[in-house]
Amino acid sequence: MAKDKKPIKPLATGDKTIPPEGAKMIPIYIMGREYMVPETLTIMKATEYAGYQYMRGCGCRGGICGACGTFYRFLGDYKLKTGLACQTVAQPNMVITQLPFFPSNRPDYDLEKMEGSPHEELRRLYPEVFKCVGCGTCTRTCPMDIDVMDYIALMKRGDLKGAAIKSFDCVMCGLCAARCPAQISQFTAAMFVRRIYGKYILPTAEHLKKRVEAVKSGKYLKMLDELTKKSADELKKLYTEREREPDMAEPGKWMPKDISHL
Amino acid sequence: MSGYTPELKELIKNVEATRPQRVERARKNQHFPAMTMDQRKEWLSKYHPDYKPDGRRAVKVGPNKGETFPEEVVNLLESKSRINPKNIDLAKIDYETDVLVIGAGGAGTAAALIAQENGCKVIVATKLRHGDSNTVMAEGGIQGADQECDSPYYHYLDVVGGGHFSNQPDLVAGLTNDAPLVIYWLESLGLMFDKHHDGRMLVRHGGGTCRKRMHSAGDMTGAEIMRVLRDEARNRSEDIKVLEFSPAVELILNADGRCSGAVLYNLETKEYYIVKAKAVVMATGGFGRLHIQGFPTTNHYGATADGIVMVYRAGVKMKDLDSTQYHPTGVVYPEQNIGLLITEKVRGLGSQLININGEEFCFPLEPRDIESSCIIKECLEKGKGITTPVGRMGVWLDSPMIEALHGEGTVRKELPAKYIQFKRYGIDISKEPMLVYPTLHYQNGGMMINDNAGTTLPGLYAAGEVTGGVHGRNRLMGNSLLDILVFGRRAGMNAAEYLKTVKGQKSGVKLTLEHVEKFEKELAMAGIKEPVVGPMILPEYTPDHVKARQYLSPNP
Repeated sequence: MAKDKKPIKPLATGDKTIPPEGAKMIPIYIMGREYMVPETLTIMKATEYAGYQYMRGCGCRGGICGACGTFYRFLGDYKLKTGLACQTVAQPNMVITQLPFFPSNRPDYDLEKMEGSPHEELRRLYPEVFKCVGCGTCTRTCPMDIDVMDYIALMKRGDLKGAAIKSFDCVMCGLCAARCPAQISQFTAAMFVRRIYGKYILPTAEHLKKRVEAVKSGKYLKMLDELTKKSADELKKLYTEREREPDMAEPGKWMPKDISHL
Repeated sequence: MSGYTPELKELIKNVEATRPQRVERARKNQHFPAMTMDQRKEWLSKYHPDYKPDGRRAVKVGPNKGETFPEEVVNLLESKSRINPKNIDLAKIDYETDVLVIGAGGAGTAAALIAQENGCKVIVATKLRHGDSNTVMAEGGIQGADQECDSPYYHYLDVVGGGHFSNQPDLVAGLTNDAPLVIYWLESLGLMFDKHHDGRMLVRHGGGTCRKRMHSAGDMTGAEIMRVLRDEARNRSEDIKVLEFSPAVELILNADGRCSGAVLYNLETKEYYIVKAKAVVMATGGFGRLHIQGFPTTNHYGATADGIVMVYRAGVKMKDLDSTQYHPTGVVYPEQNIGLLITEKVRGLGSQLININGEEFCFPLEPRDIESSCIIKECLEKGKGITTPVGRMGVWLDSPMIEALHGEGTVRKELPAKYIQFKRYGIDISKEPMLVYPTLHYQNGGMMINDNAGTTLPGLYAAGEVTGGVHGRNRLMGNSLLDILVFGRRAGMNAAEYLKTVKGQKSGVKLTLEHVEKFEKELAMAGIKEPVVGPMILPEYTPDHVKARQYLSPNP
C-alpha cells in the first residue's frame, strides 16, 4: 500500500441495523404499542430498532433454534398469521407478539426400555395424539411449512418412519401446540417418534460397530501417540503424502495403497 | 421488495459481462490459480485480521499478561466483576450438587449426560434456553473415521494439517480416537443420520479431508444433535436439573483452592444464586457476538465469551485466543441478512468471487483463512470492493454461474434455504450474484485444557469452543461438532472420576470469592481505571436514537 494512500475502511460494522439513507419508515405494533421502523427489517431487527433488548425470544437469529415463534395480525384483518421473528419481514400495520415459551406436554421415557411396540409406546405416552380432530390448524400455523397434521395422521396410523421424516425440519418453536384444539403437543411427540425411528427402525451401521470395538481395544492409541511426538516437519511430510479418497469412490470399497494405519 | 439498488444493479452488469468467458473456462476446468504455500503465508500475514496489529493490544493482568489479543477480548479479560464479593453471603447456598455444568449447548449437555451416567447429580446453568448455542447452527456435519479405508490416524493428519500444525497434540489424539465412539453414541441415542439402505453411514469429503468422513443429518446436523441430546437430558430430569436464563457470573473456589461452584444470575428476577458443586464443567461457547474488529457474525445471540472471563479471574491460562476463524462468505447485502452464512457448497458448485470490475481475483476453494484474506485484500488494499448503501464492503459471489454450469433450477434445488432468504428481499440468486465479505465464525483459541478436559484449576473441566488447542489456529469443517461431544463426554467422565478423589476430604471447606477480589486489586495495580463489567451476558444492539433518549449517565 502506498504510504500517502489513506487506508480504505468499511464504515458500517457489527450487527446493528443501519437503515439506508432515506429509508421508508413504517408503523408496526409490538404487543400493541406503535413504533416507526425502517421497512424491510425482520421482526427481530425491527424490535431491536425500536429499542428492545432481547432476553427471551431470541436465539440463533438464523431460523433454526425455534426461540422466536411469533403470532401477528394486520390491523383490520381477522387472519392470524405466524412466523419466526428472525426470518419474517416486518410490514406496515403488523400487530406482533412473540411466544417465548409454551407449556407443552413432554412425558419422560426410557429409550432403552420400550415396554411395547413403538406404536403402543406412543399411545401410552401421548394418548392425545390419537384424539386429533384433523382441523389442520397446526399445519397452517407451522413457520417451517411442515404439514404437521399429516405427520400426526401418520403417527396415528403407525407409520413412524413417515412421521419421523415428515417432521424432520421441526425447530420445536411450539406454535402448533399453542393452537391445537385437541391440546396435542405435536412437536414433542414428533421428537419421541424421530428418536424411535433413529434407534429402532433405521438400520444400524455395521462398519461403525466394528470400528468402535477396535477403538475400545486401544488399537489406535499407539499410532496416535507416535503422531503426537512427531515434529511439525515430519507431520508436514506425512500430511502432503496422504492419499485422497476419490470423490466418486463407491461406499466402503476404495482402499488406500498403504493399509498399515487402518 | 426492492432487491438491489439501481447503483448496484449497474455494477452487476460488469459481472454479467465477463460471466460467459468465465463459465467457458470453468467448463474446461481452468481456474484462477490456487496459491502456493509461500503465497498463502504472505497473504495471511498481510491481510488476515488475526495478523493485523491494529484492533489488538496486550492484556495487562492475569495469566496471559503481556500477550496480545483482539481489543474486544482484552476489554473483557480486564473487566471487573458484576458483583461485589463482599456483599455475597457464600454460607447461604441455594443449590448443592455433584457437578455444575455451565452452558447448555452440545458440549455442556454431553458432559451432563455422561456425568449422570457415572453416578453424579448434575445442575446445568445456562444463559438462554437449553440448547441455545452455536451447536444448533452447524449445518455441514460431524467427522469421524469409521469407514474401512479410514482411521483416526488419517483424521489426525487432516486436523493438524488444517490447523497449520499448531494444534495441541494430545487433544487431537483424543479428538480423533473418540470420534467413532461419539458417532456410535449418537446413533444409539436415536439420531437420524443420513444412511445408505443397509445402514452404512453416508459420508462426504469436507475441506481438507483425505477420506470421506463427514456424517450428516440433512442440512441441520447440529440442530438434530442438540435436540436429541436435550431430549435425553430431559428424560433424566431427576438427576439433571437445568436452570435456564441463569448465566454464571463468577466461579466459586474453596479454601483448598478447588473449584467448588459458581454464582448464577437470574436474568428475570435479577437475583444471584450460590451453587455449591464438587466439580464444575465450563462449556459456555465462543465470542462471535463481541464482533471482533467490527465484523458481523454467524454466531447465536449468547456467544459473548462469558466463560473465558470467569476462568481467567480464577487463574486459568488462555491459548491461541488471538486466533479467530472468519468464514469467507458472509452476507453484506441486504442489511437484513447481515452475517448470514453462505455455505462453502456455493463455491463447491462453481460460483466464483468477483470484484467491482467483474474480474476473478482468487481460487474459490482455498482454505477458509486464505480465502478470507483474499477478499479483504481485494476490498481494503486494491479498492476493488463494492460498497453497499450503508457503507459495508463486499465482493460478488457469482451464484448464477451454478445455473450456467449445472443447468437451470440447480440453485433452487441445491440451496433452497439461501434461495428463499434472498428471494424474500427481491433478489433471485439464480440470476443475480450475492454480495459477501468475511464474517466472524469461530473462536479458535480459548482456555487451556488437557486431554482429560481438565484444567490447571482442580475441579474445573471444560469443553467446546470455550477451550483452545484442539483445532490450532484454523478449524476444519465438521470438527467442531465432534470437539464438543468428545471433550464434553470426557469432561463429564473425568469430573465424575474427580469426585471420587474428593469424597474422602473433609467437607465444609470454606467457599470463597477471594480470587475475584485479588483480580480486581491486580486491575487497579495495572492502572486500569474504568474497567468494563464482565461477563457481558447479552449483546446490545440498541440504536443510537433510542440510546440518546435513555439519558444514561456515562458512568452509571
